[in-house]
Parts: sequence; C-alpha cells; structure tokens
Amino acid sequence: MNISKETMQHMYITMKRIREFELKTQELFAEGKVPGFVHLYLGEEAVSAGTCEYLNDNDYITSTHRGHGHIIAKGGDMKYMMAELFGKATGYCKGKGGSMHIADRDKGILGANGIVGAGQDIALGAGFSINYKGTKQVCICFFGDGSTNQGTFHESLNLASIWHLPIVYVCENNNYAISMSQSRHQHIQNISDRGTAYGIPSLHIDGNNVIAVYKTIAAAVDRARKGEGPTLIECKTYRWRGHFEGDPAIYKPQEEQEAWLKKDPLLQFKTYLESNHFFNEDQLHIWDTAVCQEIDEAVRFADESPLPDINTVVNDVYSDITEEVRVR
Amino acid sequence: MKTMTYGQAIKEGMSIRMRENPNVYLLGEDVGAFGGCFGVSAGMFKEFGGKRICDTPISEGAIIGTAIGSAATGLRPIAEIMMGDFVTVAMDQLVNQSAKMRYMFGGKISLPLVVRLPGGAGVSAAAQHSQSLEAWLVHVPGLKVIYPSTPQDALGLMLSAIDDDNPVIMIEHKALYSVKGNVYNLAPIPLGKGDIKRKGNDITIIATGKMVYEALTAAESLKTAGISAEVIDPRSLYPLDKNLIADSVSKTHRVIVTTEETKRGSYAGELSAYIHEELFDKLDSPVSRVCALNTPIPFAPNLEKAFLPNAADIFRAAKALF
Repeated sequence: MNISKETMQHMYITMKRIREFELKTQELFAEGKVPGFVHLYLGEEAVSAGTCEYLNDNDYITSTHRGHGHIIAKGGDMKYMMAELFGKATGYCKGKGGSMHIADRDKGILGANGIVGAGQDIALGAGFSINYKGTKQVCICFFGDGSTNQGTFHESLNLASIWHLPIVYVCENNNYAISMSQSRHQHIQNISDRGTAYGIPSLHIDGNNVIAVYKTIAAAVDRARKGEGPTLIECKTYRWRGHFEGDPAIYKPQEEQEAWLKKDPLLQFKTYLESNHFFNEDQLHIWDTAVCQEIDEAVRFADESPLPDINTVVNDVYSDITEEVRVR
Repeated sequence: MKTMTYGQAIKEGMSIRMRENPNVYLLGEDVGAFGGCFGVSAGMFKEFGGKRICDTPISEGAIIGTAIGSAATGLRPIAEIMMGDFVTVAMDQLVNQSAKMRYMFGGKISLPLVVRLPGGAGVSAAAQHSQSLEAWLVHVPGLKVIYPSTPQDALGLMLSAIDDDNPVIMIEHKALYSVKGNVYNLAPIPLGKGDIKRKGNDITIIATGKMVYEALTAAESLKTAGISAEVIDPRSLYPLDKNLIADSVSKTHRVIVTTEETKRGSYAGELSAYIHEELFDKLDSPVSRVCALNTPIPFAPNLEKAFLPNAADIFRAAKALF
C-alpha cells in the first residue's frame, strides 16, 4: 500500500500536536493550572495518529483515561480540550468532565472514559448501530493492556465476533497497568492471542512505527467496512511517564525506560521522512513551529476563558429536568 | 378497553413503539424466539425479526454497553436484564456510563434508552433472583426510575420510557406478570405522575409495585375498622410526583410508606425523609415504613413470607398511628 505525502504530512503534524499538547499539559499540571488527574499519552503518539488517519469524521472511537492523543488524532480541537483541562466554561464538556471525559459527537468521539475497559462495551453499541443502519462506518475501540484483564474486554470481543461488528480493537500495550508491568499482570506476551481465542483476526505490531500502524489499521478498517467483522491489533508501545502526573514511576526499570526513549515514535518518523526525502528538515521545522503556535493559542484560549457559572452545576443531568441549586 | 396481563401490557407498549419507529429495538438474554425468561417478549421475534429482537450472550455489562453505544449513535434501545438482581453485574455501564454521559460531556450526548429489570420476591427464587434494588438506582443522578403496578400503568409508562431522551429504568415485578387488568387507553403516562389507586381521607398509604395490592387489601380492612385510607402509587420513583403526595398528606395527616425493599437504606426511607422535611407541619404522627426484613431473601416459602411485608403489617402499622 502506498501512502501519499499528504497523509504522511498529516500524520506527522498529528503526532507533533499530541507530543506538544502533552508536554505543555505536563508543564501546566506542575504549575497547578490543571486540576484533578492527568494521564499523559507521551510515547504512544504513533498509535492514535496512525489509526485515526485512516478514518472518516463520521467513524466512531471510544477512548480511555489516557485519551488526549485519541481526541487530537480524531480531529478534536485543542482549544476546547485545553479549556476543558482547565475546567473552563468553553471546554468540550463545559467544565463538567475534565481530562478523562472529553467527547465530541460531531467527530465521532464517544468519550474518553475514567473506567478502565468501559469503552469496550460502549463500542459494541456503536458497532451495533452501524450494522443496524447499514451505514458502513467503523468504530475504533482504543484500550490499554491493563484493561484486557477486565471482563468487559472478553464480553466485548465475544459479542463483536458473533455479531460481526465493524469494530477495530486497538490495544495500546504500553507495558503498564498503572504500576504493574505486563509480565506481572498477565501470563502471556501477546495480547493478540486473546483475540484469536474469540475467533477474531488478531495481530501485534510495533506501535511506535506510525507507518506500520496506518497500514495495519487500513486493512482492518477495510475489512470492517466490508462487513467482515472485528479485528484486534495490539500495538506495542511504551508509556513514558507514570500512570498519572505526580506518579514518580519508581517501579519502572531505568534501562527499560531509556531503551524505549530511544524508540521515540515521533523522532523515528521524522528520520524516516527525512532519510527517504519526503520532506526536508526546513519543511518539518515549519510545521513544528506552527504546531507550537497552535498549542500556545490553545493555552491562551483556556486561560482567558471564563469559569463555568456556578448555576450550571445542575444543568445537563437530564434532557428535561433541572434540579434546584442549593440556596446558600 | 382491553383486558391484558401486566406482561402483555409491557409487550404491547414495546410493540407499539417498534411498529412506529424503526430505531427502537429490544436486546437481552433469550428475548428472541424463546420470548424472554418470563415470556414478556413472546411473539415479538416473529413480528419484528432477529435484527430488532436481539438475543445476547449472558453478558449483562455488554448488554447495557451495547444499549448505551447504540443510543449515543441514534437508536432507541430497550435492554432487558433477565433478573433485576443481575444489574449488579452491569452497574459500571449503568451508573458510571449511562447516568453520567450527558452531564460529563456537557449535555452533548443524549441517551434514549430503557432498561427493564424484573424485580421483586414472592416466587421462592431466593436471594439472587428476588431483590428490590430501586434505592440503588434512584440514588444515581442521571437515571429515571419507574415501577408500574398495573397493566394500564405498565403500558403507558413503557411508551413514555421509550419516548424519553434519558436512561429510564423500568422495574417490573415478576410476580405481577400474569396479573390481569383493564387497559383503557394506549396513551403514554408521563414520567413523574403518580396515581391514586384508592381514595380516602384518614391516612395515606404510599405503595410501589406489588405492595400496591397489599395496600389495597389493607385499606379494605381499615375501612371495616372505621379508617378511610388513600392508596397512592407514585409509579415513577424519580421523577417523583411530590404534589400528589403533598395534596394527600395535607388531607390525611398520616402516612405509611410501604415497599418490598429491605428497610435499611431503602427508597421508602427517601420518601419518608421527603415527607418529614417538606410536609412536617401537615403530619399528626411520624411517617411509618412497612418494608421487608433486613436480611437476604430466603428460599423456603414460609421464610420468604416472613421476610416480606404484607397487608396485615400495613394494617397494624396504620392502626398504630391513630
């Protein structure tokens, strides 16, 4: 499969956006500007960038607590994301969700999710709906290695396989379920083995190689659109940071961390693009600068946005009922 | 006017909307050709086919998850959980996902879904197939909870539940499925509208589900004792028809709340608290709750009978308030 220069350019920019968004978030969290829990996607950029590149706006994704990368790659607007992280009224969720709950129906983003594995069951519904209406969309279900020990994973794979749902299960095996390394939390090396057990074509690939991700996803998405059912793709990658910001990650061996830092997915792709003469350094630098400007604008937007009016605390619980605000 | 059973009325409600709206579908364990564990969907598979009367594996979390995902993407699912007790297996999807998505996502996702939970005891189904867990569900902002006691209410509430753009949990008492009643009209009954099942002046008995029948029996006994009891069925636990209760309490000044729940932490407690907080000056005596014992539900018929509240308990409690 040939990948156009335009596609490569877009994937590069997406990866760079995710990288810079997360680095900025790391910095802002440390400064106390971002309340709550923040789970960074640093080091895993190739998975979501390569996956979402092959999707249409009306395709669906379900995401995880580590969802910033998925949302950016699916076309989420970093201004509204950053505003949500700040808890501002202009955020994607009007300040009701925060980092772990960003959703955008218009882009098919059915929500990041604070419950590990929950998106696997919700993806079933999106897949069901597509088949029911015969719309030929697909649903990408992102999840981590840790969630493959939840019941949802097994229920979801089983149901998707018997119903031939157009779901592509994208496992981001970043080697850690919070503090437990994969070798400690499951007695298998390849999570793709579990897909095979449910009669689902399953494979594992280098999740830090965006080209490999893109090509593999493309084949799986084509299959799904043709009504041939789900595929499980395990993308081997690595979580550069702790589980959340503030986790010193003392459980990660230093050699392991260093080895994976050398496999930086963004740097690998940059080198690939330059050495194959797709783009030169000057061109890439122009895009890098533009991305950094976008991030600065997103932060400015978030900073300058108002806090949510406290009276909105009771809004949007139901479509038609608003409880009274407590009188103080 | 038609006579039908409670179960048939639920089926009729689902079928009416399924005929009108191709986006309405039913999913659950054995709801297809088998017709559902209690036979509620019997015949629907034949009428609507396997695409819309959709059998699922025994995966309650996945059933609710499928309902959520499909509701978020344009369908109007009705999910049957075979026994209300099994909703515990699907609590993440129901509580953390369905109830919160609209709010967490800033009002941008609508979830028009109905979850049917056959609840209640009285059939020797023991501790894992008989519970009344409505308090758990009413407790969660984002869910609406309804509990019909008659065929007419079951049909009307089902129509409204399907029409609603929020997750609606319908508790169906499994011992009522075969109870027959008159169905006078096929109009939706708005959620949040209670019903006076018997008019009276001296005491208000608020009852849900099968306890409505026990309350009516007790009211008849109270009549011979010279006490005129009004029986109110809220039908909708949330939203609650507070006005109906307030009007009745303002008239009778005495209240009994009776549900089939274990008493501790019950929805009956919520009703009692509401009446004490908001209608205290109308009361001539404290609200009295008549509920089940604080034990798991026993199997042996005589033990189960001892566990459950009944008309005699209501009668005694009512007499004690005078």
